[in-house]
Amino acid sequence: MPHTQHPIELLRFNTCGSVDDGKSTLIGRLLYDSKSLMEDQVEALEKSADITGGGQINLANLTDGLRAEREQGITIDVAYRYFATPKRKFIVADTPGHVQYTRNMVTGASSANLSIVLVDARQGVIEQTRRHTYIAALLGIPHLVIAVNKMDLVDWKVERFQEIRDEIEDFLPKLGGFHDVKFIPMSALNGDNVVDTSKHTPWYEGPCLLHHLENVHIASDWNFGTFRFPVQWVNRPNNPTDHSLHDFRGLSGQIASGIVRKGQQVVVLPAGIKTTVKDIWTYDGSLAEAFCPQSATLCLEHDIDISRGDMIVGLENLPGRASDFSARVCWMNQRPLQTGKKYFLKHTTQTVQAVVTAVENKINFDTLETMDAPGTLAMNDIGGIKIRTAKPLVFDGYQSNRLTGSFILIEQGTNLTVGAGMLAPPLEAVKPEYSDFAI
Amino acid sequence: MSSYHLDHLQYLETEAIHVMREVAAEFERPALLFSGGKDSICLLRLAEKAFRPSDIPMPFLNVETGHEFPELIEFRDRRAKELGAKLIVRTVDEAFAKGIAHPTPGQVSRNQLQIPVLLAAIEEFQFDCAIGGARRDEEKARAKERFFSFRDSFGQWDPKNQRPEIWNLYNARVNPGENMRVFPLSNWTEMDVWEYIKKEKLEVPNIYFSHERECYRKGGQWLPVPPPHTDATKPDPYAGARPKANDTVKKMVCRVRTIADMISTGMIESKTETIDDIIAEVSAARVTERGTRADDKASEAAMEDRKKAGYF
Repeated sequence: MPHTQHPIELLRFNTCGSVDDGKSTLIGRLLYDSKSLMEDQVEALEKSADITGGGQINLANLTDGLRAEREQGITIDVAYRYFATPKRKFIVADTPGHVQYTRNMVTGASSANLSIVLVDARQGVIEQTRRHTYIAALLGIPHLVIAVNKMDLVDWKVERFQEIRDEIEDFLPKLGGFHDVKFIPMSALNGDNVVDTSKHTPWYEGPCLLHHLENVHIASDWNFGTFRFPVQWVNRPNNPTDHSLHDFRGLSGQIASGIVRKGQQVVVLPAGIKTTVKDIWTYDGSLAEAFCPQSATLCLEHDIDISRGDMIVGLENLPGRASDFSARVCWMNQRPLQTGKKYFLKHTTQTVQAVVTAVENKINFDTLETMDAPGTLAMNDIGGIKIRTAKPLVFDGYQSNRLTGSFILIEQGTNLTVGAGMLAPPLEAVKPEYSDFAI
Repeated sequence: MSSYHLDHLQYLETEAIHVMREVAAEFERPALLFSGGKDSICLLRLAEKAFRPSDIPMPFLNVETGHEFPELIEFRDRRAKELGAKLIVRTVDEAFAKGIAHPTPGQVSRNQLQIPVLLAAIEEFQFDCAIGGARRDEEKARAKERFFSFRDSFGQWDPKNQRPEIWNLYNARVNPGENMRVFPLSNWTEMDVWEYIKKEKLEVPNIYFSHERECYRKGGQWLPVPPPHTDATKPDPYAGARPKANDTVKKMVCRVRTIADMISTGMIESKTETIDDIIAEVSAARVTERGTRADDKASEAAMEDRKKAGYF
């Protein structure tokens, strides 16, 4: 691993596809060929090769870390891997293909800049391919790679590659959302077009996978448009001995989107009070401006009653405020969604009670059409719901803001995370009275 | 590239600060596991960044096997004092006395025995959350770990039924008796940790730098020769962990790459005097960090088994 030059950008990606499409093998290949593996890892691989690989080194054993996974030859849970090239650092989420573990794909993909969907060249596009591509689009992942794997088993036929490409390009417009989509023919097992360009694909003019991962443009993936600051923690030193700290009242949090500047006017929601940013306090000193996803502590001109769960926003492009929402939700638990049952809903930094009032539709992954009034959503279903919260939320639509437009549902009692939700855009923006702060 | 741009360390830092503040806001009685090792040194700086100018709103907790490097203990105590934090230490020896844990016959390492001591401390102080410095790049089972890792009332980890973790929405809800382990450094690599230590000019215990020490060869590693047994009224805590007559003992210039206790930590031959030297050495390394940890070599699933039982 050369480290002479500090890689400056971090790319997060996930791999998904059906069982045996070779996801773990692909990651193993990336690590192996980019020389990111250490001797003791290779040694452990060779040791386990005798048990599971019939004497051959099994690259999948690198990511399949749990005993049950090695025994069954499957990936149970999201495995995270880290590697670096001189150009970038990478965080890889290897997400399972088994249908019952689709929730883990949502987990691994929710924070990714890029998704790699593997397709077995022999099998072509199957329900899982559509499901994973759909989820990547739904989660708003900007960059998509379709890795047509096991090309060696179809004799590197360009016609087969083109067939698969056509079929996917046929349904991509229904999904929308991706900034760019790249199709790469490869053999992860043999290393073709993974780190090195394959000699088997003279007809393919695009980059190999690693080259694409190193160069895809990600600088504009963050949302700098509108300022959103969910208050996470009220910072009150309450230090009786230090007078400078006695009156310190800061609002700590991570900027969800946009940029904030010292002296800027902001609105505190839901109270709707307008005030000015007096200071952007950090451990490393005051900042003139801060941007997403920085963590900071804002001090405001006026001593307003603000607590965790409130949101500080810019004056332009105000968010919505409502307690009835439309959302799309991916269901993640064995127990199906129950309308009328109370769940906890966590949105930005607050948790409120919520009831699903209706399940409006559900996605059929064979056709990518929605079917109306399914009654409920079972594990791994994705559908449109109506939901009501016990307290109004300040929010944006998910497509314009991943962090202020997303929520999770938590089952009461067991505290399990049972759903991942994406909010539809607000019908109207919040209308604060805009009275300047006055006592 | 826009000027509004975070490099990878700034990105990892803001992610970790967010996680720490979620802990402070969501839990009633959190603790921070501080051993004095390099990862938990980063945790302390992140806690300062998350909570200053307020006090760090949680005590530090450390479990001692009784076989610690003295340098580490000195460093741990001093740092806690400098930061004005309350430090809680629980030891395997105390646990023996109280009957919470029992020595394993034939087993000198007390690594496993930290589990009941940690669980007893969590119960004693009613901690509902413990922040730890574990990283996913350390080990295969850890690669499957969540930021917020739920433990049932027996302290157990169930890797097959982990709560899905989506966006930055961490589900921190636990029932009484259950607890959460939270790992803000989940996405950090060994290299990131050292680069952060350099960037933040953090002090580390001197055993991370090369020094002269007597070591002996055991299980393919160079283990430090334990301190001499002086108190004849007590049994030798290192009995069984001393070099045998036919073992190779040599004085070498060495350092630690990762710290467990003196029984589980392999020393590496090294000439590093500065953090830059360490960074150069880590980037040229051909074995992983935990390749020098005897506790991980027990079997391929050694970490998985310990984590299921409630390990850090």
